Amino acid sequence: MATEASGEETGLVFHPMDQFIVRPLFRDIEPGSCNPAAGLTDGCVRWFEPTNVTLWLALSVLAIIGLFVLGTRGRALIPSRVQSMAELAYGMVHKMVEDVAGKDGLKYFPYVFTLFCFILFANILGLIPTSFSTTSHIAVTAVLALAVFLGVTILGFVLNGSHFLELFWVKSAPLALRPVLAVIELISYFVRPVSHSIRLAGNIMAGHAVIKVFAAFAAILWIAPVSILAIVGMYGLEVLVAVIQAYVFTILTCVYLKDALHPVH
Amino acid sequence: MENEVVTAVATADWGKYIGAGLACIGMAGAAMGVGNVAGNYLSGALRNPSAAASQTATLFIGMAFAEALGIFSFLVALLLLFAA
Repeated sequence: MATEASGEETGLVFHPMDQFIVRPLFRDIEPGSCNPAAGLTDGCVRWFEPTNVTLWLALSVLAIIGLFVLGTRGRALIPSRVQSMAELAYGMVHKMVEDVAGKDGLKYFPYVFTLFCFILFANILGLIPTSFSTTSHIAVTAVLALAVFLGVTILGFVLNGSHFLELFWVKSAPLALRPVLAVIELISYFVRPVSHSIRLAGNIMAGHAVIKVFAAFAAILWIAPVSILAIVGMYGLEVLVAVIQAYVFTILTCVYLKDALHPVH
Repeated sequence: MENEVVTAVATADWGKYIGAGLACIGMAGAAMGVGNVAGNYLSGALRNPSAAASQTATLFIGMAFAEALGIFSFLVALLLLFAA
């Protein structure tokens, strides 16, 4: 992908997807030096090698620690600005878990809140110019979504035993329809981790790529003002999308959790 | 010379790029779905504003489910471009 330039003489020479390339953090690599088919492996990322993804994942964890450990250290009765931000986020997710998954879902609130904070901070740190948006990679979001999927499935069987399968065998439907419904429910159940992970990665990746496409147009003089205004507008939209996608990921986690706790339709 | 390179790439991958473009038509369906959810939420919320706040979670869940089908078309386009 990196070898394709935009091809415009007047445009900047970069590809809109170049921003998503995973690079080793502590050594320079030459372009095109990772081609295992031709025996070139110098430029490839090795196992357990720190990359720019590692850096920005670590930075988002540090930012969360900064907000929730340092920000609430005072435990003031009248909260400071940072403390009230932390309290607002906590209260919002707590209410969401209680509303969607029910009172007994609150036992799993710490995990849901961890997911929300991590995705929110990774999304927002990814919006800093020249930074790397970790959640734009399906590898990152797939791990998050698979953890939720496996956790919820195991939890459903542990809590309900074989009654969890009534999620697929709909008792309220006529008997003749039930096998058909079972197939549909089964497919929709196993498609969950796919849509759950790709929704987040796709939204973040598409938004960042659109900004880069407009940035390429900004090098052409007569279209530059429109293009720069469009970047500003898209950036505002991306801030909104970053927060909404974190919210949507969390609320879907709560919906799946509800299915595990109360599998009856 | 550049033209030769371009045509050589294009003839081998025509179907791929046409397919990826066709897969993007699926986004129209997702757009209609998400618009339908938001529009119906708004018309309901304007009739009964006091009940609106309690239903925002449902709004986002509905939007997410409507969006999921658009994401599958995006996925098909990605698979065609980079995996096929």
